[in-house]
Amino acid sequence: MALSSDPTRFTIADARDALAGKQISATELAQAHITALTAATALNAFITETPDRALSAAETSDARIAAGEARPLEGIPLAIKDLFCTKGVRTTAASRILDNFFPTYESTVTQNLWDAGALMLGKTNLDEFAMGSSNETSYFGPVINPWRARGRNEDLVPGGSSGGSATALAAHLALGATGTDTGGSIRQPAAVTGIVGLKPTYGRCSRWGTVAFASSLDQAGPMTRTVRDAAIMLKVMAGHDPKDSTSVDTPVPDYEAALNTGVKGLRVGIPKEYRIDGVPEEMDALWQRGVGWLKAQGAEIVDVSLPHTKYALPAYYIVAPAEASSNLARYDGVRYGHRAPGVSDLIGLYERTRAEGFGREVRRRIMIGTYVLSAGYYDAYYLRAQKIRTLIARDFTQAFQQCDVLLTPATPSAAFGIGSKTSDPVSMYLNDVFTVTVNLAGLPGMSVPAGLSQDGLPLGLQIIGKAFDEETVLRAGRAIETAAGFNAQPQSWWRTA
Amino acid sequence: MAVDRDTVRRIARLARLAVDEDQVVAMEGELNALLTWVEQLQEVNVEGVPPMASVVEQRLKLREDVVTDGGYAQDLMLNAPQTEDNFFVVPKVVE
Repeated sequence: MALSSDPTRFTIADARDALAGKQISATELAQAHITALTAATALNAFITETPDRALSAAETSDARIAAGEARPLEGIPLAIKDLFCTKGVRTTAASRILDNFFPTYESTVTQNLWDAGALMLGKTNLDEFAMGSSNETSYFGPVINPWRARGRNEDLVPGGSSGGSATALAAHLALGATGTDTGGSIRQPAAVTGIVGLKPTYGRCSRWGTVAFASSLDQAGPMTRTVRDAAIMLKVMAGHDPKDSTSVDTPVPDYEAALNTGVKGLRVGIPKEYRIDGVPEEMDALWQRGVGWLKAQGAEIVDVSLPHTKYALPAYYIVAPAEASSNLARYDGVRYGHRAPGVSDLIGLYERTRAEGFGREVRRRIMIGTYVLSAGYYDAYYLRAQKIRTLIARDFTQAFQQCDVLLTPATPSAAFGIGSKTSDPVSMYLNDVFTVTVNLAGLPGMSVPAGLSQDGLPLGLQIIGKAFDEETVLRAGRAIETAAGFNAQPQSWWRTA
Repeated sequence: MAVDRDTVRRIARLARLAVDEDQVVAMEGELNALLTWVEQLQEVNVEGVPPMASVVEQRLKLREDVVTDGGYAQDLMLNAPQTEDNFFVVPKVVE
């Protein structure tokens, strides 16, 4: 394969080959990305840039490559969502309350990446505490989607919460990125920026050192430009971690090897409940094209039913805020983070600190969570939502008796305008209607770019798999990717010299 | 189960969030809109359904009950807004 002369156009797999073949040095590769992200500040994709750290790590990588000691991700420049604690590098969760927080430890997922030779370009912007679907709740301002509708100049959202990571990939500012996904926060931004986003099975990646949102739903995963790159990154990110008791101790397979298997004979389920009123026809048409692509490659298409689908989003908006209100109780202005000045009593200190430190959406979710867990309401809301979660997981178990993976749309629409949905929380929450079921059931799901909307904006399809069967998800994703041949690129309007 | 302003104030107190009157009014509307939306969960028959305890079937690991790590007092204090001799400083709570 002929390599582009611009190293920011590489895939991770390309870069791996080019580095091994000495066609480029890790330092040159890092420098090309530093130049690109320095010229892309208009997108606001990064909260903190770490060019010096990247270049110094690249030097180490070059020495290792020269010595024949390259590791699996040697010299690969990555963007890290600013929800992963990075030792000595500011970690904010895009919140004022952590504006000046410098972790003294490294998250397990990022440590795994550094141990494999990858290097960090910077920390990417996100919705505050990962609570949002548009990256508009960040204390550091919204991220701008590199994509614009054909013939228009309106700024669009990149999705969320991992909007900075998605943008870094779509705008070619990094070769790969980490994301986290609690209700769709990897897959939804990936879909609306035309990249690949994989949420692994709950427990596949350690949560240790990742700022907690909703502990029974949060899962880290890779965001990349190709399915192969997602397989390469996941292999390094995944694995058991004694520091996270919910991380699962099963072997990490060679995901990349699974890609060559194809989909012949694979049973692909099409859940009828994912046809939802109000979803544009072009999304449905894309879904049908996806069905055709898999069929043409030898997959067997099976109609399945997930009857409790419509209850997933409201159940999520009880479970996730409940867990968030509990997790975010730690931000008290005493041990770390923002502290309101000039308060003379302890309760007042907590109350003022939290009111100043948390943004509006985070406060709203803490309030909802506190309410549904409060005396007299626990059974009616939280307990009932957890029972419905059992029903949703059972739906999937039953569907997977008839099929190996599911194919669905990734989002109900393409990217929308900045500010167009901020006044109505429920309409914002509906962006996750196709992704949130997967978190409630703990399953793996991947969004793959599959086409453009009539306005020329990216649209994605989602593959959902059985627990710990990321291999089949990747196989099916690769089949979609091959058939779709998605190679559209945004115009680089943001670039400054 | 509509939320009134007193309930908003009580919940804000439980959540340790200072709210002014404008925010109480705004939150009353927002919380009620959300609670109305989740009301549809009441139509699901959950008779005999166990609440989900863990999404992944697994037995939690146990380790030997011994000290494995520690001694990071200075690290712990590094991000604290106000400290004194490795103690966190808070407003006076006992007269």
